[in-house]
Amino acid sequence: MTNTVYVPIDSAATSVGATAVALAITAEARRRDIDIRLVRNGSRGLLWLEPLVEVETVEGRVGYGPVTAADVAALFDSDFLTGADNGFSVGIVEDIPWLADQQRVTFARVGVIDPLDINDYEAHGGLTGLRTAIALGPSKTVEEVLASGLRGRGGAGFPAGIKWRTVLEAESGQKYVCCNADEGDSGTFADRMLMEGDPFTLIEGMAIAGIAGGATKGLIYIRSEYPDAIATMRAALLIARGCGLLGDDVLGSGKAFDISVRVGAGSYVCGEETAMLESLEGKRGMVRAKPPIPALHGLFGEPTIVNNVLTLGTVPMILAQGAAAYQALGADRSRGTQVFQLAGNIARGGIVERAFGISLKELVETYGGGTRSGRPVRSVQVGGPLGAYFPASALDVAMDYEALLAAGGMLGHGGIVVFDDSVDMAQQARFAMEFCSKESCGKCTPCRVGSVRGTEVIDKIINNVDRNENLELLNDLCDLMIDGSLCAMGGLTPMPVLSALRQFPEDFQR
Amino acid sequence: MAHRVRPWTQADGQELLKLLPYDERLILPALQAVQQGFGYVPKEAVAQIAVALNVSVADVHGVLTYYHELRTTASAPIIVAICVAEACQAAGARELIVHVSANLAPVGGRSTDDQVDVVEVFCLGNCALGPAALINERLVGRLTPNTLEAALSDARVAL
Ligand SMILES: Cc1cc2nc3c(=O)[nH]c(=O)nc-3n(C[C@H](O)[C@H](O)[C@H](O)COP(=O)(O)O)c2cc1C
Ligand code: SF4
Ligand code: FES
Repeated sequence: MTNTVYVPIDSAATSVGATAVALAITAEARRRDIDIRLVRNGSRGLLWLEPLVEVETVEGRVGYGPVTAADVAALFDSDFLTGADNGFSVGIVEDIPWLADQQRVTFARVGVIDPLDINDYEAHGGLTGLRTAIALGPSKTVEEVLASGLRGRGGAGFPAGIKWRTVLEAESGQKYVCCNADEGDSGTFADRMLMEGDPFTLIEGMAIAGIAGGATKGLIYIRSEYPDAIATMRAALLIARGCGLLGDDVLGSGKAFDISVRVGAGSYVCGEETAMLESLEGKRGMVRAKPPIPALHGLFGEPTIVNNVLTLGTVPMILAQGAAAYQALGADRSRGTQVFQLAGNIARGGIVERAFGISLKELVETYGGGTRSGRPVRSVQVGGPLGAYFPASALDVAMDYEALLAAGGMLGHGGIVVFDDSVDMAQQARFAMEFCSKESCGKCTPCRVGSVRGTEVIDKIINNVDRNENLELLNDLCDLMIDGSLCAMGGLTPMPVLSALRQFPEDFQR
Repeated sequence: MAHRVRPWTQADGQELLKLLPYDERLILPALQAVQQGFGYVPKEAVAQIAVALNVSVADVHGVLTYYHELRTTASAPIIVAICVAEACQAAGARELIVHVSANLAPVGGRSTDDQVDVVEVFCLGNCALGPAALINERLVGRLTPNTLEAALSDARVAL
């Protein structure tokens, strides 16, 4: 029997040597005259175990990790091809509690399948959603998405179905679907992992959006910092065209839909949807005033569905399994699952997909296992660079859109960044202001100038120059940014700054 | 990628712009194509793009100066983009930068042998395995001064 061995091609795994491991396994098998089938899968998201090698056995896929190329001979010596329990073994991967306790919907296939094998994709439930949408037709497809309760995963949490309905009802000769794959938030990597690990699910989701909204053209705006995701998406698009998933007659529906990839050029604010549209039009990534909303006046002024990778990537599962199944998960007005990303100084970082409502504490402590450094957790930033810092004593907050807002934070794109007790929160506040000054699109004075001033003021506070006056000034400046900014770049930068100031005042008094 | 670029000439610049797909006959994709082909955007190419796309030189210049990644001078053959964002800070990026500044080049600078440019980047999507960097197009994670040196040696060999 030929043994099947999986070594991830996800760039997080390759960043710590997975490709060297794959090459070493191939070479060692040849040397020992053993026939193996090597599959480069996506990552399961148990990133602390990467490179995680898996071997197919009758009981399931047995994992070994983390392994290095230097460990490969020892793996063979200790019979890993039979699933033997050796020093590297983590057992049946799907039985590891960390993974077994998750509710994987959006990430159901990531790490399981060969990302660019359309047959593997279909064998794992792929294309069912699109076929359902074709059979339902546009209005009923939109109703399903509405009924699922799916909200935008890019940060703002707007109901996807309402956006889609607006586009469906708009009159135009040319509508668009634009996928926001700019994923600029520090601490987030789920868009990247979905694109690298299950690219067809994004393509299928966009095709469903196209059919539902009456759009024939799709664009994916991927940040240039993701060269591997760009390459995988481009390869997947070629395959999708070749097998009729895209083109003039999508899966025999008589409807046309095609997608192209566009690459960013290193600008955080281009993740804001109107700035992204400007950038897709080839211009400076300046934020547009809303209204008009992109659903009515989007790319080149035409009705446009703008959604995040995870939003679009979840749609195929919703249509395949029914809106009710998705809607049954979650808490209050946050329905379904969220793909949480555990990052920073964390012992067990990676992807945790769970129904909304799980507590931040469970994510950081039970899943995350505390810090990687072994020191106490001091602070956790939720929701990217514009998100609030929570002290270790306040992690008992439910992770859903409204509960987080009530706790003075925001969910954002679901990133969770853990810091140990060596963190200097005044420096983190300063970084937030500095980041805003570097990335502001420049349209509003409070954001463009306020953030520069904010950085200077925090420097004065740190250096104990007129500290009390400057603390007051910082608060005023934050109020001005909150009130006078057109978008969340300037409007939310005060969130990390003020949360640091209020929760960790001692760091500003040194 | 920073290497394998050819010197810009009027004729090659023209040819490259002609090859742009119809729906990418826009300022940013044109600038990106020029940078990809020649390693940076020469002054002469700005005027050429303006003519080819029927827009003003000021428009092209405006886009060129807006995006952090577009360059008007050639880079070193190796670009090390070190992540300085929060998750990598939590995992030791600030200390790594101190080491790099002392031993290679400061952020925004070039190594004394002219082989390496060090730039900062805000997140590479490797936030659970930080500190992270992108060396030309290769992502590296769990960086220490030693593993960064090793990855750099690989990049030098690959030149
Ligand atoms: C400064 C800023 C940066 C943003 N960056 C991203 C991003 O990288 N990816 C994303 O999907 N949404 C981002 N957003 C949110 C988008 O504006 C928009 O809400 C989203 O793309 C809509 O898709 P969704 O409804 O599926 O979430 C950002 C917003 C702001 C204000
Ligand atoms: S708040 Fe900042 S980034 Fe947003 S539109 Fe205003 S200047 Fe641009
Ligand atoms: S914060 Fe460094 S890779 Fe994301």
